[in-house]
Amino acid sequence: MDGAVYQNGVLRVPVNGEIDHHGARVWRDELDELIRVHRPRELLLDLQGVAFMDSAGLGLLLGRYRHMCTLGGRLVLLHAPASCVKMLRLSGADRFIYLKEERKEESV
Amino acid sequence: MRKKPINEMKLDFASRSVNEGFARSAAAAFACQLDPTLDELADIKTAVSEAVTNAIIHGYRNQSGTVTLGGKMYEDGLLTFTVTDRGCGMENVHKAMEPLFTGAPNEERAGMGFVIMQSFMDKVTVSSKPGKGTRVTLQRRLRRRR
Repeated sequence: MDGAVYQNGVLRVPVNGEIDHHGARVWRDELDELIRVHRPRELLLDLQGVAFMDSAGLGLLLGRYRHMCTLGGRLVLLHAPASCVKMLRLSGADRFIYLKEERKEESV
Repeated sequence: MRKKPINEMKLDFASRSVNEGFARSAAAAFACQLDPTLDELADIKTAVSEAVTNAIIHGYRNQSGTVTLGGKMYEDGLLTFTVTDRGCGMENVHKAMEPLFTGAPNEERAGMGFVIMQSFMDKVTVSSKPGKGTRVTLQRRLRRRR
């Protein structure tokens, strides 16, 4: 994956594009492969480049959260777009998925 | 009865997942005529994407079929979209609309599609007949800006 960096137990991955049902499948496979290789204690997903996300993106995040839980690690989201934060709150997942530096402006 | 819409559109497209992006972008382009805010536009794209994805995954169970997206806009800023499939339909619409219910547990779906549609739109109505298909109607009134 382009731009993925592993350092001191933290796996940082830039996620970009449109994360819908069509796009989520590719990300699921690639993220799980990276987690398998590095076994990080923190998965840090930088969502700055995400132009769109729907419930398939939410499913992707919840699935990676569960994956990290089985490793005793945690999931942190950087620059989450407003629609993503809205969905995390709706599902209650904002209680266990950490958010850092939320993005203010919604990109279209 | 409502007044006549000031504009309307209808699109037929194949039930392929790559068309999810096409459909929500078309809906957004249509909505742009009413000068929505970026937040309103993002909400509309998300809701339409959920409905179209449902039609492809659940209505047609990933088999080939045609999904129809209809849009209407009214003088007072009301926008309606309908997403129609002629797929398998549902016995129990209420159950499908419950939070965390998912008809495709292996797909890693959040089971939040209808909850998201309902909270991102003003009104969501679903009509469905087993063996006939499903129609989802999404309504949103845009804040008028002067």
